[in-house]
Amino acid sequence: MTILSVENLSVHYGVIQALEDVSFSVQSGEIYTLLGTNGAGKTTTLRTISRLLSSTSGRVEFDGKDISSVPSYTLPALGLCHVPEGRRVFPQLSVSDNLYLGAYHRKDKREAKDDLQYVFDLFPRLKERRNQEAGSLSGGEQQMLAIGRGLMGRPKLLLLDEPSMGLAPLLVEEIFGIIQTINREGTTVLLVEQNAHLALGISQRACVLETGRVVMTGEATDILANPRIREIYLGVS
Amino acid sequence: MNWYVIGLQQLINGLALGSVYALIALGYTMVYGIIKLINFAHGEIYMLGAYLGFYAITSLNLSLVPAMVLAMVSAAIIGMLLERVAYRPLRSSPRIAVLITAIGASLLFQSTAQLVFGASFKPFPQAIPFTRIQLGPVFTTNRQLLIFGVAVALMIALHIIVQYTTFGKAMRAVSMDKDAAQLMGINIDRVISITFALGSALAAAAGILVGMYYNRIDPYMGTMPGLKAFVAAVLGGIGIVPGAVVGGLLMGVAENMVVAFVSSTLRDAVAFAILIAVLLFRPNGLLGKNRTEKV
Repeated sequence: MTILSVENLSVHYGVIQALEDVSFSVQSGEIYTLLGTNGAGKTTTLRTISRLLSSTSGRVEFDGKDISSVPSYTLPALGLCHVPEGRRVFPQLSVSDNLYLGAYHRKDKREAKDDLQYVFDLFPRLKERRNQEAGSLSGGEQQMLAIGRGLMGRPKLLLLDEPSMGLAPLLVEEIFGIIQTINREGTTVLLVEQNAHLALGISQRACVLETGRVVMTGEATDILANPRIREIYLGVS
Repeated sequence: MNWYVIGLQQLINGLALGSVYALIALGYTMVYGIIKLINFAHGEIYMLGAYLGFYAITSLNLSLVPAMVLAMVSAAIIGMLLERVAYRPLRSSPRIAVLITAIGASLLFQSTAQLVFGASFKPFPQAIPFTRIQLGPVFTTNRQLLIFGVAVALMIALHIIVQYTTFGKAMRAVSMDKDAAQLMGINIDRVISITFALGSALAAAAGILVGMYYNRIDPYMGTMPGLKAFVAAVLGGIGIVPGAVVGGLLMGVAENMVVAFVSSTLRDAVAFAILIAVLLFRPNGLLGKNRTEKV
C-alpha cells in the first residue's frame, strides 16, 4: 500500500528551480531512501512534503489525503513527522520538554507518557539527561533527541533528514541500527542521506536525485549495484 | 530629613512605579522574543487599557477588580486584532517595514483615542479610598501596595504560564525555532496571537494601576511609559521574561532617585541615559548572555 506519493513536484526559490517534476512513492512499512549529492534537492523535497516550502506545481498525497496545500502544523496529527536537517532541537528547553513537544498535537497525553518511556528505552542516554537543556547535549545526543521527538508524535511515516550528519562513525551505526528498530516496529521511514552505502544497506527502495531531478528509482540493491551510482556515491569504479 | 530616609522613601516609590514599567516591559519582551518586533504601539494598548478601565468604572459602575478584568480582556482582543491586521501580513517582510507599521499603529491609536475620548485629561475615579501607611520614618500608601501587589501577582501568573504550561513551552519553542515548532504540530499563528493577548492584558492592567496612582488619564499617557518600558526590556535583556521584571523595577527606582537627588527635570532623561549606557556597555542586557549553541 502506498503511504506517500509525490507526483510531478516542482519547487522554485525565486527564479531558481530547485525541484523539477519529482515523482516517487513510498510503500507502507518500508525504509525508502532519497539519495543525492549536495544541492540535489533532497532537503527541499522533504521540506516541501512537510509544507515548510510551497511547491509551484505537482501534488503530494499522504495516507490517501492530498496534503499539497494544508498548513504544516496539521501534518503531525495526520501521522507525518519530520526530523529536520541539523536536528533543530529547542536548545533552551529541557530534554523532556523537547520530547513532550513532539507529542504536542496529541490528545492522548497518558499514552504519550508511555511513549516517553519507549523513547528512553531506545535512547538511554536521553533518560540520563532528561532535565538538561537540549543545547548542552553533544551532537549525537541531539540527533537522538531529534529522532525521539519525532517518534513522540507516533508517526505512520517518519521523514529523517541526514541523521548521520556530523557524527562519529560508531554513532552513525548506532543511529542506523535504531532507525531499523523503529521501522521493524511499524513506522515507515523516508530517509535522506549522503552516506549512500549505509542508507541503501537498510532500505528496500530508493530514488536518486541530481540537480532537482529524479535520475533513478528502484530496489536499493539494484541501485547499489549500478556502476554509475557506485562511481558517484561510493567512490568505487 | 536625612538623605538615606529620602533614599528609602524613593526606593518605595520607585518599586511601585517600576512594577508598572515591568508589566508593560513584559509585553515588549514577549512579542520581541517571538517575532523579533519592537511593538511600538504597546504603550497605546496601555493607554487604551486605562480608558477601558475608566469607562468600566464610570459607565458600567463596576468595582475595581471586575473593571480590571474587563479592561484586560478587551485589551487582549485589541492586541490580537492589531497583530492580525497590521503585523501578520508583513510577517515575511523586512523587519523595518513592520517596525514602521508599529509606529503608525501607535499614532493611529493615539489620534483615535483623542477623537473618541477627547484630547483633555480625565480624572480617574478613585475606586478605593486613599490611606497612608507609616513605616517608621518613611511611608507607603494603600495604592502603592495595590500596584505592587497586583503587578507581582500578574508576573507570577505569567511566569507559571510561560514556564510550566504546554502553551508556554510551545511559545518558547516558537521563539527559538519557528520551522521546528511547526513540525511539532504547533500552530505558530495561534501562539503569536495569544502572546499579543497576554502582553496586551498586562499593559491594560498597568494602565489602570497608573490611572489610579496619578489620578488622571489622557490619550498621550502611553508615550513616555511605553518608551521607558521599552528601555526596561532592553536593560533586562530583550526577549528575556525575567529581564523585563528586573529592568522595570530598576528603571522605576532610578527615575525616583534621580528626581530626589539630582533634578526632577531629568525624570525622563534618565531612561534614555540608561538606554545609551546599556547599548554601549552591555547590549545583551543584564540577564542576556551570548549563548553558543551547537549546530
